[in-house]
Amino acid sequence: MREIISELSKKLHSGEMSSVELTKEYIEAIEEANGTINAYVHTTFETAINTAEIADKMLKEGNASALCGIPMTLKDNICTDGLLTTCCSKILDGFKPYYDSAVWEKLKANGAVLLGKTNMDEFAMGSTSESSCYGAPLNPRNTGHVTGGSSGGVAAAVCANMAAYGLGSDTGGSIRQPASFCGIVGLKPTYGAVSRYGLIAYGSSLDQIGPLTYSVKDAAIVFDAIKGIDKRDQTSKAYDYGNLLEGLTQDVKGKKIGVAEEFFEGIDPDMKAQIFEAIQLFEKNGAEIVNIKLPALKLALPVYYIIACAEASSNLGRYDGIRYGHRTTTYDSIDDMIYKTRSEGFGDEVKRRIMLGTYVLSSGYYDAYYKKACIIREEINQEFNDIFAKCDALIAPTAPNTAFPLNFKGASPVEMYLSDICTVPINIAGIPSISVPCGKDAKGLPIGMQIIGRKFAEATILNMAYFYEQNSEDKVGNYEGGVRI
Amino acid sequence: MRYELVCGIETHIELATNTKIFCNCTTAFGGDPNTHCCPVCTGQPGSLPILNKKVVEYAVRAGLAVHCKINNISHMDRKNYVYPDLPKAYQISQYDEPLCEHGYIELESGKRIGITRIHIEEDAGKLVHENGYTYVDYNRGGVPLIEIVSEPDISSPEEAKEYAEKLQLIMRYVGISDCKMQEGSMRCDVNVSLREVGTKEFGTRTETKNINSLNFIQKAMYAEVERQTDILEAGGSIIQQTMRYDDVSDMISPMREKENSDDYRYFPDPDIIRFQIAQEKVDEIKSSLPELPFDKLTRYVNELELPETTARQMFKYRRVAEFFEGALAEGASVKNASNLITGTIYSNMNTEEDKELFSVLISAKQFGELVKLLDEKTVNFKMAQSTLQQMLESGKSAGDLIKKEDLAGISDDDLTKWCQEAIDANPKAVADIMAGKDKAINVMFGHIMKQSKGKADTKKAESIIRELLS
Repeated sequence: MREIISELSKKLHSGEMSSVELTKEYIEAIEEANGTINAYVHTTFETAINTAEIADKMLKEGNASALCGIPMTLKDNICTDGLLTTCCSKILDGFKPYYDSAVWEKLKANGAVLLGKTNMDEFAMGSTSESSCYGAPLNPRNTGHVTGGSSGGVAAAVCANMAAYGLGSDTGGSIRQPASFCGIVGLKPTYGAVSRYGLIAYGSSLDQIGPLTYSVKDAAIVFDAIKGIDKRDQTSKAYDYGNLLEGLTQDVKGKKIGVAEEFFEGIDPDMKAQIFEAIQLFEKNGAEIVNIKLPALKLALPVYYIIACAEASSNLGRYDGIRYGHRTTTYDSIDDMIYKTRSEGFGDEVKRRIMLGTYVLSSGYYDAYYKKACIIREEINQEFNDIFAKCDALIAPTAPNTAFPLNFKGASPVEMYLSDICTVPINIAGIPSISVPCGKDAKGLPIGMQIIGRKFAEATILNMAYFYEQNSEDKVGNYEGGVRI
Repeated sequence: MRYELVCGIETHIELATNTKIFCNCTTAFGGDPNTHCCPVCTGQPGSLPILNKKVVEYAVRAGLAVHCKINNISHMDRKNYVYPDLPKAYQISQYDEPLCEHGYIELESGKRIGITRIHIEEDAGKLVHENGYTYVDYNRGGVPLIEIVSEPDISSPEEAKEYAEKLQLIMRYVGISDCKMQEGSMRCDVNVSLREVGTKEFGTRTETKNINSLNFIQKAMYAEVERQTDILEAGGSIIQQTMRYDDVSDMISPMREKENSDDYRYFPDPDIIRFQIAQEKVDEIKSSLPELPFDKLTRYVNELELPETTARQMFKYRRVAEFFEGALAEGASVKNASNLITGTIYSNMNTEEDKELFSVLISAKQFGELVKLLDEKTVNFKMAQSTLQQMLESGKSAGDLIKKEDLAGISDDDLTKWCQEAIDANPKAVADIMAGKDKAINVMFGHIMKQSKGKADTKKAESIIRELLS
């Protein structure tokens, strides 16, 4: 796999090319391919050139970081001062925050060049990015298929070399699943490892920002730049990771890898075979495989949908047309205005989840749904704690399937929810997980493998992923189009 | 049929912290609309709340002042409802784990009104209706509040007023709020129901919201009790509803009914982690509490032996009490210090608010020095009063205002001389005095005071006169 950030960084630092030149290459690639791929929903080319100029100065001065001058993208739910941030929802039409998210502040300080905001499921609710008000992005690997979701636009942009890397958000799999569908790397960090300040909330106790990149090393570089405690996010935590890049030793000897059969129930046999091949590679190199049980896994989906929707129903109450975003044109009272604004502004999937969340929090139902879900959440956490007392990491598929065809009509909302089974338990437990490409299925679509770790064990799972990436045959490969430098 | 009143009061008090409960915006009252705001207190997408530690400390202080148990672990909940002045569509409040519980306030009668709980929450913004438009001002949004919920232990409008008055006094004393009902920094919601005397079950209650004066609490309750009594006696039943009291017409009427019953869908706010208040911190706050007002009153009467009326005139105002006690610490006498405060100083303060603020140009030390001059009879009371008045106007010390020769006082020789002159000039008064008409001596004082420019000690003059006449 190409280590794009390292490669580009070397060229920029050596003066072989300037950030402005590089940025122009990416702009050209976006202008050429975005009409088809639909990865970007708002481009910021003018600002990009301006920041690239500043980055070039920083590079000349000599103490620039590895990310300085490198063009990248942000999911459309990450706030950027003065630049459109709309969650791909009509209700945030025209919304430009007057503050930066913590992650963008950090990347900006590193000299990152923002090319634009990328497509996503409306308010990050979905597994295909098809609920975007701007239409779905297409999977560059096969444009008849979806990118996955909800960070589908970031995944498509990175995969198609329309950005060197991107940041997505992951509430129930929204970084890992599109990364797996598009054949790239996606890291969902530990809950609290990265500040959520400026991430437009979906499920606040589950949301986490993380990188989507072409390679594991790139993911480590980006994660290193965005992690850390932030006084504006009480749920963020300080953790000393040491030097993450030096931690990429490829040494997996003695590592105990847990495999839970529950993760493999009902998945495509091709996929199962590929992932077990990977597990064997670890074993061959000195890792110990531990068969474990995760009986609470089947409860993870209902728990996730109850908690995420409950939080969403409250988080999305603020979109009333009064202060920002879309407002209906004719109304006869404030109540009527709010009612019409919300009816027009939200799409079906968002409305469905708001209603579901409102229901589970209602008096008379709270105990039976929300409260029970919180209790089971504790049980799931306990099961993971028990597992991580015996194992250093878990290996599982990222999704039970590869990329869906576009407009997959066979699926009811509930069937679509079921496809999140492999990723949601990780968010419930607040633990980190990385998805790496792991071969292709019979249709030639990329398969994703998850390596899951203890809280704040990003160094461990990044190293294991790095080992796999460096020691396995690259069956997915790099996308042919876009910027190829 | 005879009915008895059952009443509980919910009181919202704005805390006097400098910054808001979840951000660093100022809590200052007023300001141009939407100038005391940031992404957090206007609920901008992506913003997150950070709990202000000072708010927790102030609430613990309030709780301890009314004998509450402090819960060392607590959390914030979201109370979801839609209203334009609430920018997140939920208020961050506390539902099932309030910071303080199980306190009380003791009334003059000795009856205790239980305090169920005290919790912290954020205030909402304000709607402004102008020129046919409605505007929203979020300056008040995120100002910290405590809500103090009483038990339904109150059984008369007088008790209700006394409860609120005492609560106001205590909260001002411990310095957590100015509790100005007119400005809305203290607001009361009064729950009223009636039941037949002898029955145990509560009747249906109504809630009269946002009462903004102590007197209106009493008046609103009279109006509501009368209304409920009329309904019950006519065989009707009370509807559970929210009432509004109009002080101009002294009428109580139901507020506009909402279409749906409230379901706030409370749940723990995932953005704010459960927080802990260490017992050491609680103890530290407890030991920093000032002497509470009613303890002070008792001490003034029992230990300082102040007349109760005088003690009551002073204990209510924390700054007055501090000034008074400061003078005592300088060695001033209780009697002269209290008389000069309630006499001369109070005559400069026309309103309750003036006494509450008690902004005087002189320090307690300066005041104490003056009182001591009076105690030592270097000056008489009248002179002490006029000197104090000048001190209050100029901020100068007694020493700067009273001339050396004045301070030297009046020699016994001079006083005896003036007494003799007075006797010589007033033969009729002398005859009256000799006949036992004591009041006639006042005629003599006129002359003596004129000669001494008001500085003579009349008691001393009287004894000299009697001696000369004997």
